Amino acid sequence: MRLSILHRTTYTYSQPQTRLMQLLRMTPSSHIGQHVVDWHIDIDRDARLRYRRDGFGNETAMLYVDGPVDTITLTVAGEILTEDTAGIVQAANEPLPPLVYLRATPLTELDEGLASFARDLAPDASPLDRAHALNRGIGERMRFDTGTMDVERAAATAFAAGHGVCQDMAHVFIAGARVLGLPARYVSGHLFRRDGASDQPAAHAWAEAYVDGIGWIGFDPANAICPDDAYVRVAVGLDYREAAPVSGARTGGGMETLDVGVRVALSQIQSQG
Amino acid sequence: MPRSGAYDEIWGASGSREGRPEFKHLADWIRDTDTVEFDRRQAAAEAAFRQLGITFAVYGQEEAGERIIPFDIVPRVFTAPEWEQLSTGLVQRVEAINAFLDDLYGAQRILKDGVVPAELVLANAQFRPLLMGARPPHGIYAHICGIDLVRTGPTDFFVLEDNARTPSGVSYMLENREAMLRLCPELFQTYDVLPVDTYPDRLRETLESVSPRSDHPVCVLLTPGHFNSAFYEHSFLADSMGIELVEAADLEVDDDIVWMRTIDGRVRVDVIYRRIDDDYLDPLFFRPDSMLGVPGLLAAYLAGNVTLVNAPGTGIADDKAIYSYMPDIVRYYSGGEAKLPNVETYRCREPQALQYTLDNLADLVVKLVDGSGGYGMLVGPTASSAEIEAFRAALIAEPHRYIAQPTLALSTVPTLVKDGIAPRHVDFRPFCLTGADGVSIVPGGLTRVALKEGSLVVNSSQGGGTKDSLILAPSRQTIDPDGMHQTLGKMSQTMGRGMKPMQSMGRR
Repeated sequence: MRLSILHRTTYTYSQPQTRLMQLLRMTPSSHIGQHVVDWHIDIDRDARLRYRRDGFGNETAMLYVDGPVDTITLTVAGEILTEDTAGIVQAANEPLPPLVYLRATPLTELDEGLASFARDLAPDASPLDRAHALNRGIGERMRFDTGTMDVERAAATAFAAGHGVCQDMAHVFIAGARVLGLPARYVSGHLFRRDGASDQPAAHAWAEAYVDGIGWIGFDPANAICPDDAYVRVAVGLDYREAAPVSGARTGGGMETLDVGVRVALSQIQSQG
Repeated sequence: MPRSGAYDEIWGASGSREGRPEFKHLADWIRDTDTVEFDRRQAAAEAAFRQLGITFAVYGQEEAGERIIPFDIVPRVFTAPEWEQLSTGLVQRVEAINAFLDDLYGAQRILKDGVVPAELVLANAQFRPLLMGARPPHGIYAHICGIDLVRTGPTDFFVLEDNARTPSGVSYMLENREAMLRLCPELFQTYDVLPVDTYPDRLRETLESVSPRSDHPVCVLLTPGHFNSAFYEHSFLADSMGIELVEAADLEVDDDIVWMRTIDGRVRVDVIYRRIDDDYLDPLFFRPDSMLGVPGLLAAYLAGNVTLVNAPGTGIADDKAIYSYMPDIVRYYSGGEAKLPNVETYRCREPQALQYTLDNLADLVVKLVDGSGGYGMLVGPTASSAEIEAFRAALIAEPHRYIAQPTLALSTVPTLVKDGIAPRHVDFRPFCLTGADGVSIVPGGLTRVALKEGSLVVNSSQGGGTKDSLILAPSRQTIDPDGMHQTLGKMSQTMGRGMKPMQSMGRR
């Protein structure tokens, strides 16, 4: 598929800010099944961007803005060619050995409930089948619910609550896979909705597990499937914190209001062709 | 009593109070000085420390608040050959630590070659994946290492622990020496003691040597603030190096460059000697709830525009789980055997080692892999049976979190206690600096002493004290024995007569 992505984020402040700084992980990289045709970040005011690849292999940008700022809009847009690879990620920029992704992090911490849930699903199956069972099992145990959106909610908390957003389910998958001895990581990215819902309130998130002999494989527990050509990977990390599209710091006090709009559609170029 | 068979560094192994031949005069001084006089001097030193504000807060003890670490008036002394043995071993170890870190954040050859189990490093929280591929100037990560050593015999030294994050205690090395020079000048006239007060200059040279910019680098010391237990040391070191002491609010990052706010405008910063833990350095990249850090600091580091001393991510090299592999790590990078051996260590993650540990708990020291400051530690021979059973349960539940070591007969040094002078167990932390020109070790260090009789735990949080550590100059260790004898017997009255020329005091 040729996907056209527009990701717009607007911050509005209750009082002018003297300085803004943001770490952006919003630029996808090319690998097998995902080719970045065109990509750019636009800021609606004077700003300086410093680009760099981080230790996880993510393409990042540091954004520096001088005040006074009462609102700022980041527009990230581009076109991506995708192919279905059955969730298998190959030839991506991988500076780190998979074993890094076995450690627990604050957002992927376990409790006994989540650990035994992961262990008891298809206990005698192969690692690959156990990962699939976990992916399906989470969807059966957890209800998708945007009502409790907390980016700092730990996996065990979300699992015990029995509902959450895609990010929570990704964290639950990651924590569960690591219990099974499978390195697992968080992926932030975009999803083309075949049901026609091209306008979305947020970017998507899922997980990847590393299976010996195959490599990194994507799992989207919120949809109980492996990613196909409707998915665009943007950033990876041990958990949300390292793969979040934006981490920011600001000087100036007051409140911040965030408005996010994502549009993922088939490219006009493809439609016309 | 000290543990049976403990080697006394002044008195020797015999238990007599004659002293090792090379320290005879020191032993005489200890014997001939009135305890009341020792008490007076020690009280004077502690009063001075209190006045300076060399205090520390004991975590977890509400009522303790700020107190000074007890100072002991009887110094510890190393001969020139002993120091030579130690320093060559330390240089080798510190070079290996830096080579290890450079490898881990680069090619990871040592993991691919199977010398250290990859999972032990990669799944360890102290290894920072974000920093993969970020190489600081000259490939130096641990610019300041405090290596904790113990001794069990005349030439038997062992590394107990490496400290490659933000080792503290160097201010005690310097202040203890100040106090000793003032209160026991006769010792420095008797013995040719190498100076330690070059440390701040050497540290500053080290900082400047690793600057990303060569012209007049600006170095600062970043402290978490005055409520930190080591704040005195932070302000003392900044002061004696002649660099700015800053808190996070004094720094800002713009365009991947670190700036210091001053009344004359902002000044570009090249090197930050930071005394803030990795986790709190930068809320944008590490803990988002950190109030102590500087947002964007890691971006400046990754861009190569600022050097952090020590570099972030060094904690993997001094992790207790890695410690037991240090002899292999030293061999791997230096091509030779470790000149300073490790203490024999049982990795409880390995089933056989766990079984051995469980069978011998009463004789072993058991430590949490991720513990520090003497917390989370079992000293079998002095533990109650309830404590041993509690550790047994913990070991069975989470064996991978523990290592065990034999209880060493740590060396003792005569120490002023309630009933006079008695042997007490000690350890030693020298401070090793690594800059563009290699490793440099100031001849001295921090001697910690377990003041409780028989205790092997020297940590200040557990009631330990400190001593000055004298390193004798090579050759000419003593001056005219007759003149010295006079002085030693009569203290300050005879000071200066027939003694060393004054310029040797200029070493202060």
